[in-house]
Amino acid sequence: MGGSILGNRVLRKEDPKFLTTGGVYVDDMLDEPLLRGAVHVTYVRSSVAHGLINSIDVSDALSMPGVIAAFTGEDLGLEQIPSPYNPMATRTLLATGKVRYVGEPVAVIVSETREQGEDAAEAVIVDYDVLDALVDLEEAMASTNLIYDACGSNVVFDSMVLGLPDNTGDAYFADCEVVVKGRYINQRVAPCPLEVRGAAAAWGTDGRLVEWLSTQHAQGAVAPIAAANGIDPSQVHVKTPDVGGGFGAKIGAYPEELLLGVIAKRVGKPVRWRETRSESMVGLGHGRAQLQYVTIGGTRQGKVTHYQLWAIQDSGAWVDMGTILAPFMTRPMSSGVYAIPNIECRTTSVVTNTTPTVAYRGAGRPEATAAIERAMDMFAAEIGMDAAEVRRMNLIPKFLEPHTTVVGQTYDVGDYETSLDKALEAADYKGWRAKQQAARASGAAVQIGIGISVYVEITGGVGNGESAKVEIQDNGHALVYTGTSPHGQGHATSWAMLTSEQTGIPVEDIELVWGDTDLVPIGTGTMGSRSLQQGGNAVFAVSGELVNKAKAVAARLLEASEADIVLDKDTAAFHVAGTPAVSKTWADLALAEKQAGGLAHSDVIGVAGATFPFGAHVAIVEVDTETGKVRHIAHTACDDAGKVLNPMLLEGQIHGGVAQGAAQALMEEVRYDLDGNPITSNLADYAFISAAELPSVTVVHMETPTPVNLIGAKGIGESGTIGATPALQSAVIDAVAHFGVRHIDMPTTAEKVWAAIQSTR
Amino acid sequence: MKVSITVNGTTREDDVEPRTLLVQYVRETLGLTGTNIGCDTSSCGACSLHLNGESVKSCTVLAVQADGGSVTTIEGLAQNGEMHPMQKAFMENHGLQCGYCTPGMVMASIGLLNENPNPTEDEVRLGLEGNLCRCTGYHNIVKSVLACANATK
Repeated sequence: MGGSILGNRVLRKEDPKFLTTGGVYVDDMLDEPLLRGAVHVTYVRSSVAHGLINSIDVSDALSMPGVIAAFTGEDLGLEQIPSPYNPMATRTLLATGKVRYVGEPVAVIVSETREQGEDAAEAVIVDYDVLDALVDLEEAMASTNLIYDACGSNVVFDSMVLGLPDNTGDAYFADCEVVVKGRYINQRVAPCPLEVRGAAAAWGTDGRLVEWLSTQHAQGAVAPIAAANGIDPSQVHVKTPDVGGGFGAKIGAYPEELLLGVIAKRVGKPVRWRETRSESMVGLGHGRAQLQYVTIGGTRQGKVTHYQLWAIQDSGAWVDMGTILAPFMTRPMSSGVYAIPNIECRTTSVVTNTTPTVAYRGAGRPEATAAIERAMDMFAAEIGMDAAEVRRMNLIPKFLEPHTTVVGQTYDVGDYETSLDKALEAADYKGWRAKQQAARASGAAVQIGIGISVYVEITGGVGNGESAKVEIQDNGHALVYTGTSPHGQGHATSWAMLTSEQTGIPVEDIELVWGDTDLVPIGTGTMGSRSLQQGGNAVFAVSGELVNKAKAVAARLLEASEADIVLDKDTAAFHVAGTPAVSKTWADLALAEKQAGGLAHSDVIGVAGATFPFGAHVAIVEVDTETGKVRHIAHTACDDAGKVLNPMLLEGQIHGGVAQGAAQALMEEVRYDLDGNPITSNLADYAFISAAELPSVTVVHMETPTPVNLIGAKGIGESGTIGATPALQSAVIDAVAHFGVRHIDMPTTAEKVWAAIQSTR
Repeated sequence: MKVSITVNGTTREDDVEPRTLLVQYVRETLGLTGTNIGCDTSSCGACSLHLNGESVKSCTVLAVQADGGSVTTIEGLAQNGEMHPMQKAFMENHGLQCGYCTPGMVMASIGLLNENPNPTEDEVRLGLEGNLCRCTGYHNIVKSVLACANATK
């Protein structure tokens, strides 16, 4: 026996609960004593995209059955809150004076039952002076119809305010033999975690506010909740029940959540809130929503020498996190995996009368990858070169020391060509090209498309370390406290593996504590693929330190020198080297330390920086050229996330990522009509991808460990999405390239593919 | 309205409003919160359970329609502490991540195999089209269902 548990396919500890009784999500907390007698909160939402509020009449609603109270922003005395990203943009948590998107909360109903609240919300009469809605990004950018007057423009952030230069235009490409231009729409999509937002709030007898939140970052919610309730952060206790997915959209706390304490105080009762899916589709932040002007130039032989990107980011109707993804995530990654000597990248973020944009799986990196990969394809098509060969010619050569691109981003390690080779081989790239040639020669209605992407991304860019605490219980079991916040990633299992590796305590005897701000006050949550490399790394380091502490205790008990104490990980017991018969278990040591406060260790473990996972994807599609219908028939993903802790969980992350990439490339898009009315605001209208539209995924393993953290791990949560999206889009275009089609915007629906074919005739 | 429904083997008599959905009855009246709600258009299947042995989306069934019938929810699948083969297959094949779609997905998958005990991968994919998952990309869910079909042959 013996040997490391790390790197093994360990089944998840958390699964039996999910599979037999289901998780306990916020709406399932029926037995929570503090929520006894809780009443329900329902928000009244704006039905217009842009308008001045003349009046809000809640009198009819107040007379309806079961209604306890109704409040407007003025009733609650809400103050203007500035955006952290542009303080000139301010809003109240319930709209006052002006509404800026359909779905914005304007009033709140408190009722005995949820159904009564929904009925009463319908009875609130809001009188608006409707203003012209700005849905189109470029129209909003040029318009004098301002969404936030104080900003003086609908442009709310530009990379030039960071002191970065503007793009210089076509002159930049004067020396290039070949120049190709594109205008790409990286469309708005909805994150759609299966569990919508929900929360509950209660004021404890000690005067503190307890809030249960479906969140990715409980610790991050404390300060905004405290501010919204006018109390000190020490008076806020956030607890995280099971969370049914987040994908970035549950990082920040939303107005509906921040106000619950205020409402609970007003009515003197605990409150529960859960949105409907239709509310979620307009209320939960959206992702992507970037318009890209791209120019790429180089030699006829295939060397790319110049690249220029102007990324125009749709912020939606609030200056939320989506605003800063373009300058701080897309721009640094604009060079992708390529050694391009000249790059210009400007980003401009613009408010529109649409749902605010936030982080969504990939958050700015998929956009960067999509732009450069699409540009590479168009460049390859222009010079008549194979897409794989153009990439190979321009890849940054393998590096195991940090590499800095011309835009100033330093990558940790990279071996892009190997990932490309592995993916091409596993996908049978040559075989598919032969099949494609045969299909083209035959003139068959169904044609084959092959898409390649090679990518690099930033993970662990959020936070510079994480807290961890490991505590030994009387029975020798361990409690691990982490500042990360699992919502599907399997931290209960992975972090137990890391502690088990250090302590020898079996995985089944290690339990995880997270998302409770009293028990884990320091934490940066789960986002940006940071958890393992920062949170897991901290658990690993702290577990190791705890073993050192335990050795000192064992030395005392065994009356030996600390240096002579060894931990036998097979038995999870300490003994003097050479005399294993006399040993002390973790339980013995915990007992010995009980009077001294117990056997535990906690620390915040820093990391040297972000990591840059990379890889290559090959997507195969069939396109019916008579109808434009696309079938995704095969997918190969080679994602290098460094040292792998649990390959089963790694593959699960890749599979899910690929599906979300395919969803954006092929199907999903949040759409609005010209007046800013959402037309995809439920799961019947929004083309959420299902099992029927996806193939199984071939995962190719590759491990290039990073030196940035102790465990050599990079992130894997978002890579699949970043790699898959451009590969799929490229495959669809490739399937109809022989007609002369060079580009089709995402999602590559049958309608768009058919129209693209027709346009060549 | 009075209803008599056998849920997970126990017969219950309850007074429900005519508009009460079966999912509301199961979650709110009985406190069986394993069955989840993920949408309001009968699109996601998170609320799938078995009514008289068939997989249904319990948001599209009124509680009164289940009167006299038999309901099985995720809580009723394991017998004497032993997981149902489909639950085991999901665990062994990592067919779940956040767990929110899982109860409905497991119930729908059992329903699928009841109708077609030996499906192809494409048949599993098509059969689960009405159950949405955002985490797994369906890869391991499909693998779980196929593994369960093989294990129970």
